[in-house]
Amino acid sequence: MSIDIDIVSPENMVYAKPELMNDTHMHYCPGCSHGVVHKLIAEVIQELDLKEKTIGIAPVGCAVFAYNYLDIDWQEAAHGRAPALATAAKRLNPDKMVFTYQGDGDLAAIGTAETLHAANRGENIAIIYINNGIYGMTGGQMSPTTLINMATATSPSGRTTSKDGAPLDMSKLLAQLDGVCLVSRQAVHTAANVKRAKRMIRLAFENSMAGKGTSVVEIVSTCSSGWKMTPAASNDWMVDNMFPVFPLGDLKNI
Amino acid sequence: MTEFQDIVLMKGNEAIAYAAIRIGVDGYFGYPITPQSEIMETLMNEAPWTTTGMVVLQAESEIAAINMVYGGAACGKAVMTSSSSPGISLKQEGISYLAGAELPCLIVNVMRGGPGLGTIQPSQSDYFQAVKGGGHGDYRLITLAPASVQEMADFVDLGLQLAFKYNNPAMILADGVIGQMMEKVKLPAYRRRRTEAEIREQCPWATLGKPATRKPNIITSLELDSVIMEQNNLRFQAKYAEITKTEVRYETIDAEDADYILVAFGAMARICQKAKDLAREQGIKVGIFRPITLWPFPSTAIDSFSAQVKGFLTVEMNAGQMVEDVRLAVNGKVPVEYYGRLGGVVPTPQEVYNALVAKFNLPN
Repeated sequence: MSIDIDIVSPENMVYAKPELMNDTHMHYCPGCSHGVVHKLIAEVIQELDLKEKTIGIAPVGCAVFAYNYLDIDWQEAAHGRAPALATAAKRLNPDKMVFTYQGDGDLAAIGTAETLHAANRGENIAIIYINNGIYGMTGGQMSPTTLINMATATSPSGRTTSKDGAPLDMSKLLAQLDGVCLVSRQAVHTAANVKRAKRMIRLAFENSMAGKGTSVVEIVSTCSSGWKMTPAASNDWMVDNMFPVFPLGDLKNI
Repeated sequence: MTEFQDIVLMKGNEAIAYAAIRIGVDGYFGYPITPQSEIMETLMNEAPWTTTGMVVLQAESEIAAINMVYGGAACGKAVMTSSSSPGISLKQEGISYLAGAELPCLIVNVMRGGPGLGTIQPSQSDYFQAVKGGGHGDYRLITLAPASVQEMADFVDLGLQLAFKYNNPAMILADGVIGQMMEKVKLPAYRRRRTEAEIREQCPWATLGKPATRKPNIITSLELDSVIMEQNNLRFQAKYAEITKTEVRYETIDAEDADYILVAFGAMARICQKAKDLAREQGIKVGIFRPITLWPFPSTAIDSFSAQVKGFLTVEMNAGQMVEDVRLAVNGKVPVEYYGRLGGVVPTPQEVYNALVAKFNLPN
């Protein structure tokens, strides 16, 4: 099959790397969801023309280096404290777009208080919550969202409810709070899901700029390295095991 | 907002709040704890968000408050928090991150007795925590020790000026006496808050949104390459050396002819003045050396009296913390003794005088 090089021209372009994605190698593992979500955020910031107004708050965890990948101003938070940083950044600069990017260890364990209280105050920020049920950066330890019977470095025989409690559904908790206007749980394992996830990230950013309160978009994600599976097997495992516990959809959208 | 005459009577804690509003602080983030709750209470009563635009927010914890300070400071804003000893312990993680990210801010510690939940009475037992680095890593905290309500008001501005000059957190290390006592104070003049354009000019590193004309600003203390991290540390150390060379502040009283010098900071320096008078009435030539900056410590200035005096008595409301720095400064040339009370007990002038007489075998 030959390629007709005449069709490779700007007017025929249907896809391009977002302008705000830096030309650099990502440190994420093959099959990881972070890269896709980064790209969606870059596209949303570009489309909403917020690139000169956006302050990103990076977490501790695999996404600690998010600041290397998006061409915007960033603050790197202490573990779990991103919503506190975002609170001040937004209150002191109400015209800016402030979002946090946090994993389940950061948001659902060490940063539970900061997350719940920022949301309860209805801070006009967007929280992008990557939930893969494991601590990736530190080598695959149990997180608050690790599934029952799931083996990790710190639950080698599998998580049990009696010892470690049940997986913590932060989105369900956050949806109860009056300060929260949007809680949506999405995934990025298929093209259709990527589109839906982007739509909700965009809505979260729009809500923040409209002063509607806190918006949370949870992305149920894979961690091929932590789960010790191939990327394709990770996607299947996520669908079969993560989605029943963390079902996709809008938990709140007002 | 309350309008005052030039000179008013108020608590040290209240003076902090009014000074912050007047000098154009952008944000205060705090959590209630005795004996400093009047700072946030005064701010909430004055509601400066309706006048100067200053943000005042009660956080869910001291940890959240110091991290709000980090988020605000990273935007180049003049931000502060306040607490007392147990709460300041909670803030240490954040202070280390602020130092590591080279962010300016002001932290007020109105000390109470510890360890643990301790007591709510005045103490100076957080000296080590403030000047030796209560958080992790090789960092230094610019530490100012007010001895009057006037200095509580003045050091809000001074602390932030130093913090922005060196891109480093600064602390007002007060004790419960200075926070709670009422004195006459002349509040600073009103100064408007800086505009965003002014902040972008003054703090080109601030994260206020990236214009097309510059690279992204990234506020972080993280560097995985140890060789680069060492370079970062060496840069910090050079900065600390410059601060040590340039920013030492202290006060001496009747030290010129003194045979003995009482070294004390904060409220203890006030009490030592009375002890000095008692000694002088007995013909003992006693002077006062009061470090105003606890870090950088006035080592050279203290040592300059080593050739003149027969001894130093360091007096502290703790088990003997600053005395270690005085001994390092004097380096064995003359005796350096310690007297103090612990757990929230405030020594009387007579006790200090008695300690001086006993330590140096003086005729009584």
